[in-house]
Amino acid sequence: MRRAVRLLSLALSAVFATASASHAQAPKEVVIGVIYPLSGNLAQIGIDSVTAMKMAVELYNTKSDLNLPAMKKTTEGLPGLGGAKIRLIVVDHQGKPDVGQAEAERLITQEKVTAILGSVFSSVTATTSQVAERYGVPHMNGESSSPSLTERGFKWFFRTSPHDGHFTLAMFDFLKDFEKKKGVKFKTVGLMHEDTLFGADSGKVQEELAKKYGYEVVLNMAYRAKTTSLDAEVGRLKAAGPDVFFPTSYTSDAVLYIKTAKTLEYIPRMLIAQNAGWVDPQFVAEMNKDIEGHITRSPFALDLQAKKPLIRQINELFKKQKDNPGGRDISEAPTRALTAFTVLVDAINRAKSTNPEEIRKALVATNVPPDQLLMPWTGVRFDEKGQNAGVRAILQQIQKGAYATIWPFDLAAADVIYPLPGFKDKK
Amino acid sequence: MTAEVLVQGLVSGLLMGFVYALIAAGLSLIFGLMEIVNFAHGEFLMGAMFATFWAWALWKLDPLVSLPLTLALLALLGLLVYHGLIRWILGAPMLAQIFATFGLAIFMRAAAQALWGADFRLVKNPLVDGRVSLGGVFIGLPQLVASVGALVAFGFLYWFIRRTETGLALQATSQDRQAAMLMGIDTQRMFALGWAIGAACVGAAGALLAMFFYIFPDVGATFALLAYVTVALGGFGNVPATLLAGVIVGVVEVLGGLLIAPALKYAVVFSLYLVVVLWRPQGLLGRF
Repeated sequence: MRRAVRLLSLALSAVFATASASHAQAPKEVVIGVIYPLSGNLAQIGIDSVTAMKMAVELYNTKSDLNLPAMKKTTEGLPGLGGAKIRLIVVDHQGKPDVGQAEAERLITQEKVTAILGSVFSSVTATTSQVAERYGVPHMNGESSSPSLTERGFKWFFRTSPHDGHFTLAMFDFLKDFEKKKGVKFKTVGLMHEDTLFGADSGKVQEELAKKYGYEVVLNMAYRAKTTSLDAEVGRLKAAGPDVFFPTSYTSDAVLYIKTAKTLEYIPRMLIAQNAGWVDPQFVAEMNKDIEGHITRSPFALDLQAKKPLIRQINELFKKQKDNPGGRDISEAPTRALTAFTVLVDAINRAKSTNPEEIRKALVATNVPPDQLLMPWTGVRFDEKGQNAGVRAILQQIQKGAYATIWPFDLAAADVIYPLPGFKDKK
Repeated sequence: MTAEVLVQGLVSGLLMGFVYALIAAGLSLIFGLMEIVNFAHGEFLMGAMFATFWAWALWKLDPLVSLPLTLALLALLGLLVYHGLIRWILGAPMLAQIFATFGLAIFMRAAAQALWGADFRLVKNPLVDGRVSLGGVFIGLPQLVASVGALVAFGFLYWFIRRTETGLALQATSQDRQAAMLMGIDTQRMFALGWAIGAACVGAAGALLAMFFYIFPDVGATFALLAYVTVALGGFGNVPATLLAGVIVGVVEVLGGLLIAPALKYAVVFSLYLVVVLWRPQGLLGRF
């Protein structure tokens, strides 16, 4: 009898031991919900971004020695979680805030994702992050640039890239630097922005900063996104005739703007775009000579690869991805997604857990050094609002069909073309 | 705001208006004939623009050269859709009819993206390019050719409906299906013909638009709403009225943007539409 009791207790303790061991064991996989635009106006940006993230997942799930956050390792999977593999659940928000909201809800409650990543459109990020905040799930963002997103005091929202405040500051700092360097003087600026959260916030910040820097805002017009014609808008610009023109438009409207400006022969002395359409590689390829000399702000520059070998390594890998037909170079959108994604994975790896609170603590403690970034930033460290404090915006100019970094002057790879050549001179 | 800018706006709006009108013509024709609103109309336009693009990209055919091809292709698509889908839901409740064409729209959009990706494409260096300047007013040549093309298409459509026997049969069917049947008109054939012509109109519009507008899977949605407003403003089923309404929409859009605010230009168009519909629910020249 005693023997039987001993055997039984041994057996039971063995069962408990394995049970508790398996409980303490790290999960076999980490599921991350990715909400991007895969149809609609910005689908290509979403598709390219997802391609970059899938590429990163493959690198995390196998052995890799790339110098990206948490990627230099001799084991498969995430070392912090006992080799757990990463699995992405990719969903499409179609550019609609309500769809994004519903998908975030589904990813959290049904798919039980560990964290959420998304969503390019500031307006969609606003709703997806609200859902994540409510459920207490970490939400990482790599590209939405509306300043208000990190001004809401959210506990679970983190943004790696600069917002329009940083970018716009860079634009005006550049103007002042340029005036000093070339001995020119700009007096008036004109603003045109689309009417979603991204454009509205951009227009607001630009107007504030223009006034602060002593420029007269002769025109600040919002227009309906995805419009069928920009004749009225370009007509107004032509009538107002600002020295420097700042457009904030996604690709479709950017194409239409160029076409209309060409027809109506509108050429400002300088054009500085708030990213979006102007950093779409397809846009540059299609518009070609018509956008020679256009300047855009950017958090990424392919021509920095001479100074940053990591960019070349990643670009070579990206060009070989099967979802990248034609082997296009990595552009701004996928590098931003990749950066946000690797920063998030790094935090999960350091948290050694899929517990949301542990991941949040790890995110707060994030300190990614500049050499692990594709971006020209001083690193990734989040401030109390969840905004990366290490951001640095650069300005690029389209010169001979490619982006050339022109500012900050210490990073510049080319001289500024000024003033903007006319359409006829661009043949 | 100088007079020059206003005249420029007027001209730009007028040119765009003709194209809006042609896009809306097919929609109006199909509705007049069988009281079905084709929610996939924008996607028909997208299909036509892609057909034009591929003819250019693969065989170096200029949009104007490939126009007859696009027209024929779209007419075929119209026939296919009628025989494959619409014929089966003719007697169904209105909601089913809405969902059928709406579903078709989503299918076509998704199929285009799966086949050709989501990139924005442009037909580069078309035969007609550049612009002319008349006393400081610039006219884009592709836009000019597109509006002339739209007017020619309208003329042809008008002649066909009013002057040919088939056109008269089409009109009879749209006025009273039962009576037309009693007169020996094959109404099923007329319906199929209506879909073919309606789709051909949007085919022509797509080919003309592709000369100066970007092409991507969602491009139809950009124009579809304006097409519905144009049709309702002019009067459902009245094709010539669509021309008038298209021009009104085009001009009001640009002048609204110039005189009031660009952000409100569609608000101005829709307000005008609301006023007209309140005053004349059947549209400006509607018949019922």
